[in-house]
Amino acid sequence: MLETKDLTIRFGGHAAVDGVSCAFEKGTLTSIVGPNGAGKTTYFNLISGQLPATSGRVTLNGQDITTLAAPRRTRLGLGRAFQLTNLFPNLSTLENVRLAVQVKSGKGYDLFSRTLTHRELIDRAMAHLSAVSLADRAQAIAATLPHGDQRKLEVAILLALEPDVFMFDEPTAGMSVDEVPTILDIIAAIKQRGDKTILLVEHKMDVVRSLSDRIVVLHQGKLVADGKPAEVINSDIVREAYLGTTAGNG
Amino acid sequence: MLRSILSDDLPRSRWLALALLAILVGLAVAPFLFPGAKSLNVAAKICVFIVLAASFDLLLGYTGIVSFAHTMFFGIGAYGVAISLTRMGAGWDAVAVGTVAGLVVAIVLATVIGLFSLRVRTIFFAMITLAVASAFAILASQLSDLTGGEDGLNYRLPAVLRSSFSFGDTWFGVRLNGRLLDYYLVYGASLVLILILLRIVNSPFGSVLMAIRENPFRAEAIGYRTVVYRTIASCIAAATAALAGALLALWSSQTNPDTTLSFDIMVDILLMVVIGGMGTMYGAVIGAVLLVFAQNYLQDLLAIANKALVGVPLLANLFHPDRWLLWLGVAFILCVYFFPTGIVGRLRQKR
Ligand SMILES: Nc1ncnc2c1ncn2[C@@H]1O[C@H](COP(=O)(O)OP(=O)(O)OP(=O)(O)O)[C@@H](O)[C@H]1O
Ligand SMILES: [Mg+2]
Repeated sequence: MLETKDLTIRFGGHAAVDGVSCAFEKGTLTSIVGPNGAGKTTYFNLISGQLPATSGRVTLNGQDITTLAAPRRTRLGLGRAFQLTNLFPNLSTLENVRLAVQVKSGKGYDLFSRTLTHRELIDRAMAHLSAVSLADRAQAIAATLPHGDQRKLEVAILLALEPDVFMFDEPTAGMSVDEVPTILDIIAAIKQRGDKTILLVEHKMDVVRSLSDRIVVLHQGKLVADGKPAEVINSDIVREAYLGTTAGNG
Repeated sequence: MLRSILSDDLPRSRWLALALLAILVGLAVAPFLFPGAKSLNVAAKICVFIVLAASFDLLLGYTGIVSFAHTMFFGIGAYGVAISLTRMGAGWDAVAVGTVAGLVVAIVLATVIGLFSLRVRTIFFAMITLAVASAFAILASQLSDLTGGEDGLNYRLPAVLRSSFSFGDTWFGVRLNGRLLDYYLVYGASLVLILILLRIVNSPFGSVLMAIRENPFRAEAIGYRTVVYRTIASCIAAATAALAGALLALWSSQTNPDTTLSFDIMVDILLMVVIGGMGTMYGAVIGAVLLVFAQNYLQDLLAIANKALVGVPLLANLFHPDRWLLWLGVAFILCVYFFPTGIVGRLRQKR
């Protein structure tokens, strides 16, 4: 279980995330919604360790991870896909994923064996690429992939980390309509397994409604609503804070 | 077999394969093909600089670390052997002690610099290494009791490496003496060191280095502690540079700041790596061969051109042997302009 307590970060005087307390149970998918600049990505950054919290705490399975560096958190089971695609641009698609598989294998400090002899890592990376239907682009250089494929690769890297907590930050943003289902199916499949915690930031309301067990609304860094999809989406506070201001966005 | 020796990193270009083969064989038979003290000296220098440039490529090309302290480690290795040969006498025990001492100092220093400063941005790290290297060069020339100051050290090599040592008459017209043994010691050690570096960059560890070069932020995010990896890479590069320095000291029987610590050498190895192609290892090999060749023979070549052009007013002056640095500069600019990914990058490009 992942939990944040009074989690806050200030940039100068401005609190981008302001005292957010929230617990995310195993086997559930929680959507985090809110208008642009609400603090969703910043909240993720605090959880996965890209930014240090000003105050408050993050705990994972009872362990306080507030002050741990990002690599430690990842190895403890926090997996993160980024809103802005964030790949290893001049490496192959396969290598991008294989590097993520390699983290858990502990082979990163192996100096004297040949990478290509570790077939099991390559095979697992290929399996994750197949899951996002990128297997045929395995040898392509990541930077040369079209935007949609780069988003898929971003997700494949997250899958390859095999985390306990999956954090998706607008995974389908900028994808063409026919590519979106691939990603949604993957998220649904992870949820199906029942032993993973999923956090999803998403602007597409139909996606949020169909996938979520629960919706949390952030507004100006504060948690302003939390509940079942049907209740939250229809609540006044959300209409006002979110749907009202982003009418063209959903 | 070949795959395993080259760690799956095949040349992937017919011309590159030919060039590498020519270098491998050419250096192996150099004493017989080009007898004479100068050419053997150039061949040995090429071997040493291949290792030095390749170890720098591990930092610059593979890990994305810009360091100006690489010649410092080269110098540490050279002075380690030079000092111990001066103090302990010309025995192999002195060579062993000097090499190990140089390695230890280089690795400790690389670790300290790495842990203290690899967290900062690339440009600041480069400045820190520049400062440390400058301070070290000054220190080395100040401690003249130990290092011989600006004049450096002259010492005797172990007996079997001297030209007075003979293990037979002649073979294909070449005297079988200690210099020949010394050359093959340098050649063999360089070959082994290059193959080790090639293995490291093609290992799982090496793949993490490239990930860090490509996107350190994401490398951290997927769970790699980049500072640790960068520090280990710095240590390996420093240790290899120190070994290259030890080889140089074992070859030339004199070690001074100009041949080991100077900033000119730092610029040279930077050029070798960039011209050859960063992040390819083979690029360092090609770059080192070209640059050492140019430094030693460009003047001769220009002298020939100058003679041919005697009487042609402007051209003769332009091709004067004293203009060799100018031409080296021109060649460098053309190289970078036409081969932004270096010679190896260009050769590997699919047309
Ligand atoms: N490193 C930073 N320094 C200063 N301000 C920041 C920093 N990161 C985020 N902010 C500010 O924090 C606020 C929240 O930004 P954040 O990216 O978390 O929003 P978001 O909810 O993810 O928006 P979007 O839907 O557009 O992705 C914004 O006002 C942003 O300008
Ligand atoms: Mg965001």
